[in-house]
Amino acid sequence: MIGRLAVVALLAFMTLPTVVVIAVSFNPTAILSFPPAGFSLRWYANVLTQPQFQRAAVNSLLVTGGAVALALPIGTLAALALERGRLRGRHIWAALLLSPLIVPGVAAGLGFLILAAALGLLRSRSVLIAAHVALVLPFVVRSVWVSVRNLDPALERAAASLGATPWRAFRRVTLPLLRPGLFAGLLFAVVVSLNEFVVSLFISNRVTEILPVAMFNYVVNYTDPTIAALSSLFIVATFLVVWLADRYLNLGRVFLQP
Amino acid sequence: MAKPVVELRGCTRDYAGVRAVDALDLTVHEGEFLSLLGPSGCGKTTTLNLIAGFVAPTRGLILVDGEDVTGRPAHLRGLGVVFQSYALFPHLSVRENVAFGLRERRVAAAEIERRVGDALELVRLDRQGRQRPAELSGGMQQRVALARALVYRPRVVLLDEPLAALDKKLREEMRDELRAIQRSVGITTVFVTHDQTEALGLSDRIAVMSRGRIEQLGAPREIYEHPATRFVADFIGASTVLRGRALDAERVAMTDGPPLRVAGGRALAAGADVELAIRPERVRLAAGPGDNVVVARIEGLVYQGAQTEVTARLGDGQRVRVFVIEPAPVPLATGQTVHLHLPADAFMVLA
Repeated sequence: MIGRLAVVALLAFMTLPTVVVIAVSFNPTAILSFPPAGFSLRWYANVLTQPQFQRAAVNSLLVTGGAVALALPIGTLAALALERGRLRGRHIWAALLLSPLIVPGVAAGLGFLILAAALGLLRSRSVLIAAHVALVLPFVVRSVWVSVRNLDPALERAAASLGATPWRAFRRVTLPLLRPGLFAGLLFAVVVSLNEFVVSLFISNRVTEILPVAMFNYVVNYTDPTIAALSSLFIVATFLVVWLADRYLNLGRVFLQP
Repeated sequence: MAKPVVELRGCTRDYAGVRAVDALDLTVHEGEFLSLLGPSGCGKTTTLNLIAGFVAPTRGLILVDGEDVTGRPAHLRGLGVVFQSYALFPHLSVRENVAFGLRERRVAAAEIERRVGDALELVRLDRQGRQRPAELSGGMQQRVALARALVYRPRVVLLDEPLAALDKKLREEMRDELRAIQRSVGITTVFVTHDQTEALGLSDRIAVMSRGRIEQLGAPREIYEHPATRFVADFIGASTVLRGRALDAERVAMTDGPPLRVAGGRALAAGADVELAIRPERVRLAAGPGDNVVVARIEGLVYQGAQTEVTARLGDGQRVRVFVIEPAPVPLATGQTVHLHLPADAFMVLA
């Protein structure tokens, strides 16, 4: 009984901020107050009609899409190299690949800012994409690495003995068996990149800024519930991504172990 | 003699300073079933991997059908391999697993269909084609692996301890089946095992390996009845090896007790130190002293149902293993003194 109460309390504690934000987003008045004074969709209308948010949404899709498209193959090759390669100082490589997890965002952001300035790329979205690749790579490498570990090396030998070139063996055997790890990595990468704020703040401007940065800039200037409405949309979108991926992953698991 | 299919010439393979295979020469003939037999770490699996092309020799040549394939990667060697873990592709159906090699060879779809069907019939799995490997029993998975390795009619099939993962009863069934399939297909086979019963029962020839070298190569009966070295005598049939000094062509003096008479085999050189091997099943309990009878003290008894394995120590400290068929003629107990008859014609003189 006490245990159940504790779980309920914990869940309430964890979801409370989300509930508050969603509730506030329907507030008809222009103040961020809780509980809301009524019900209105005007802030949602405001979100969808603000050109700054529209542009930021497109930027977010481009940056996340680009970063994930690059990080997935790079991370997969890195995971394979870490597990299979004849590497000197394997644990140093592993530590380097996983290090963005422990570098403070401000430090990383500053580093990328200085680099981008030196390269004259401050106005470019490519810097954002490059930074996001670096930030999501640890998640991709970790997820794929687990799948690589579970792979029996004899399977690739078997494929070779059956006449498959190394590339064909990779395509027909290795890659399909890495699918659970690839999906998990993809999911992490999308969620991390979509929500990334600190580093992106350093290296974006009004034209290239992604949604979290645009939201921050809005909050600095205005205090109406628009930002609550956008946050709610963001929460729902993230939830949908995770839910769909989880469904798909579960399907994958059933598919692999009948 | 049949024509050579696989030849290893002076093959050496080192792993980080450890010599796994040491200047090995081996020829496998057309249609032959050859076993590489030895304890773990003797180099038998490395030898198989050298033939398959999974590892390259540090030195030496590998020939298939007289052609040098030393530098050729595995996927271009066209050999069939059955792995100890089976290495079936878990994401593909049984049928797709078997079809894998044919697809890589770009065989026409109708031809693939027909040959996969034939192969599955050969291993009696024609009704399991749509299932995934994980849905099959160990014995069935084993047969899928065999069908997959045979379906594209490789020149040689290499079997890496294929029976090791099965339980005893199934292993015996599969052993018979494997032999029958190999006979009916007539394919040249190299079989790696640490199990002497498998090797003796399946092989045309056995190469007994130890520390990267072939200790003895010959037909099963030859290996069993005339072991060339102490290692072979001990590894196959768990023989007892006794040391002594030859008195003349057929008598060997022990440090303790009367000399033993040795009949058959090669003549002894008087004065030479010799090693005599004798199988535990050839040693008999004797009622009392006599010709070739030694006195020993029982040190250990292991009851095995059909027989009891007796370990006894001679007066000079040498140990003798004896299988006593149950029921034993007299009750046996540790510490008891017994007379053992070592028949003259049961001795194998080691080189």
